[in-house]
Amino acid sequence: MNEHAHPSVKTFIAVWAALLVLTALTVFASTLELGPFNAIVALSIATIKALLVLLFFMELRYSTALTKVAVVSAIFFLMLLVGLTLADYLTRGWSSYINPFR
Amino acid sequence: MTRSMHPARGLKLPDSETAVHNLRHHFADLEQQSATAKFGMWIFLVTEIMFFGGMFASYLIYRLSYYNAWVAGSQTMEIRYGTANTAVLICSSLTMVMAVHWAKLGSRKLTALFLILTLALGLAFLGIKAVEYHEHWVHHEVPGANFHFEHTGNYDPRHVSIFFSLYFAMTGMHALHMVIGAGLLTWLLIANARGRFSPEYNSPVELVGLYWHFVDIIWIYLFPLLYLISHHHPGG
Amino acid sequence: METASQSIEPKTNYLNADYTIKSWLLTTDHKRIALLFLGSITLFFFLGGFFAMLIRLELLTPAGDLVLADTYNKLFTMHGIVMIFLFLIPSVPAVFGNFVLPMMIGAKDLAFPRLNLASWYIFMLGASFVLYAILTGGMDTGWTFYTPYSTTYSNTNVVTAAVGVFIIGFSSIFTGLNFIVTVHRMRAPGLTWRRLPLFVWAHYATSVIMVLGTPVLAITLVLVALERLFHIGIFDARLGGDPLLFQHLFWFYSHPAVYIMILPSMGVISEVVACFSRKRVFGYDFVAMSSIAIAVLGFLVWAHHMFVAGISIYAALVFSLLSFFVAIPSAVKVFNWTATLYKGSISLDTPMLYVFAFIGLFTIGGLTGIFLASVGLDLHVHDTYFVVAHFHYIMVGGGVTGFLCALHFWWPKITGKMYPESFARLSAVLVFLGFNLTFFPQFLLGYMGMPRRYHAYPPEFQVLNVLSTAGASILAVGFLMPMVYFVWSLQYGKDAGPNPYRAAGLEWMTPSPPPTFNFDETPVVTWEAYNYDEIDAPSKGVEVAG
Repeated sequence: MNEHAHPSVKTFIAVWAALLVLTALTVFASTLELGPFNAIVALSIATIKALLVLLFFMELRYSTALTKVAVVSAIFFLMLLVGLTLADYLTRGWSSYINPFR
Repeated sequence: MTRSMHPARGLKLPDSETAVHNLRHHFADLEQQSATAKFGMWIFLVTEIMFFGGMFASYLIYRLSYYNAWVAGSQTMEIRYGTANTAVLICSSLTMVMAVHWAKLGSRKLTALFLILTLALGLAFLGIKAVEYHEHWVHHEVPGANFHFEHTGNYDPRHVSIFFSLYFAMTGMHALHMVIGAGLLTWLLIANARGRFSPEYNSPVELVGLYWHFVDIIWIYLFPLLYLISHHHPGG
Repeated sequence: METASQSIEPKTNYLNADYTIKSWLLTTDHKRIALLFLGSITLFFFLGGFFAMLIRLELLTPAGDLVLADTYNKLFTMHGIVMIFLFLIPSVPAVFGNFVLPMMIGAKDLAFPRLNLASWYIFMLGASFVLYAILTGGMDTGWTFYTPYSTTYSNTNVVTAAVGVFIIGFSSIFTGLNFIVTVHRMRAPGLTWRRLPLFVWAHYATSVIMVLGTPVLAITLVLVALERLFHIGIFDARLGGDPLLFQHLFWFYSHPAVYIMILPSMGVISEVVACFSRKRVFGYDFVAMSSIAIAVLGFLVWAHHMFVAGISIYAALVFSLLSFFVAIPSAVKVFNWTATLYKGSISLDTPMLYVFAFIGLFTIGGLTGIFLASVGLDLHVHDTYFVVAHFHYIMVGGGVTGFLCALHFWWPKITGKMYPESFARLSAVLVFLGFNLTFFPQFLLGYMGMPRRYHAYPPEFQVLNVLSTAGASILAVGFLMPMVYFVWSLQYGKDAGPNPYRAAGLEWMTPSPPPTFNFDETPVVTWEAYNYDEIDAPSKGVEVAG
């Protein structure tokens, strides 16, 4: 299967610029008082940046479906690790670790 | 022919002899070989996601448990250094992508230029990191016997030690990957100088590119998680 | 194309292509690499067996009178580490996956032959660290490296052993990576996924587990080493760390790891049961899908190792339920193998004996796993010999049995020689009898309360322990016999010919031993897997070997 579409140099530069802007944005956002949303905003911006790198720099957008499945699987299994481990910590109640009721 | 493909100074025409020489016996053609190699690199990156993932999971558990200590630890970070490093890596990803671009077009000189720029930026990152590590060491922020944290808020300073443990483990592992990346870039420079790449055969450049971008993505997450938790006093 | 009557070895096969040591140590031929692994893991198997022998000798008497308690702790630790990381994890994939899988899909080699060789060197490097740790005092943490003992209190070679296991993990990762890419990209024309041998499906699923799980073990061991060297606090309760976090991270890999240790053997069973029943595997799609299901579900159940460690009861219930689910695909396989036997034309060659042993022993092991998945039951039998018996039924009764099955099934292909059938059958029977005598009493011991990892026990447990040790001696003989007759067969065994068992599969369509590049021309596959009806058909002009 031949490597078909490639992003153009213009696209690369646009993505690069976007990444720098988003970096500035995330630094700025961290100076605001948003409570729990600080973390959400920060991680959302980071995820957008990561997606830009993945899809354009790493050309995942133009890769085979199999490659996309592989990447999604990794993230899925990582979420399993985090999620099921949290299922323990969040429901311990008594523990000195995560205590959502504190 | 688009403008970017127009033969210009330094543009090397395809060398089919070099291409054939690189075909390994168990592949039918170079296309199968390079598609296979690329898929292999993606699977390797999957393992790297899981590798770093263990540390991210640990970070999350303790951040949820000891938020104030996490804030205190994060506030010792120099945001200027972190931001600069983030910008450096983003630029290095651009130069890496350009190196791959010119390798595919067969320009030995431009490939070399962008590989060198990528390497230089990577080394700059490591340099800034080294400065940061030194500062942490001087301020007794490295966990272990030398750790001492003046705590000024509603948290247990021992928990700040855990923050720093994860800070050093995560950024240290990231830095190690950068060093390996620098080694790979050097190897690419040497191979490129020897004329090993052509429009038919440039997999190694592409694969190192994938690795390099992945290491950049790890940093994209490390930066807000370690440097930008909160500006507010960890009073609880 | 060779026929059975022409059993003359071709002039050049992968074995006699080059006799120099360099040609072996720098080989990229998957078949030679398989043999490099076979040699290494066999040595390590007997090393692990040596530790087992000392354990069983100590447990002959209630008093801890053979070795000190600390020494005993080292013995079971080293037995576990060597058997799991230096033998079982690589066993079937690195030997038979390497040797047979490329041939089964009509490929000339794996996708990344040099990476394959690197896999072996990395394995040997890691094993050297482990051996060094053993020789310079050993480790006593248990193969599970639980914190805070491993990170703070143990005075043994924890870091060296952890580094060794870390390195071996990369060998596993690279093998898995190689297999995944190979199966996706190197299949012969016409070989669709649903025509693949189930052995390939099993190894594909195993490789997915290797690739996703092993890195987490790797980073966990790094953290343990950092904790131990620099006292960083991540698992140290005195600094606010949670020892249970280690267990979560450790078992996230180590539970799927047990599926790494059993799935390949299950793949072997599928091949052999079909061949010696002369029938295609019943429910092919279900067996194939069950391998994938085991790989995925296997990642959801790890905390059933932690029911009594201090996790929340709600998490325990969730993991318990998930653990019940993960048994289903395994049961699906057992039912389908059994259905394959039904109305099959069964011959009791040695590989088939191992198939029967596997089905019975794995079922017992699997069912006792269900008992352990039940939180209420686990509370009583956790950390007793019940657990020890359960996992030995799976890992030895299942895993090792599958390995021996594969060894007997593909030996003719690998070496071009037949082994003496009567000795082989005898040794299979000895393995089966010895195994049951060793481990069945341990179910009873555990149920009665004998704890694991103790070198002394109350006198009322002695009879069962003596039976267990007696069984271990018989088992040892059963394991040693193949060493003798396989080596004998190299010199004196009958020439096997390309397909002595008239088995289906592309690997049997090559000479025995195969040429270095497997196939002169890439085969084009137009038939379904396990086409025994075609192979056994009396006078059809179908192009099959043997």
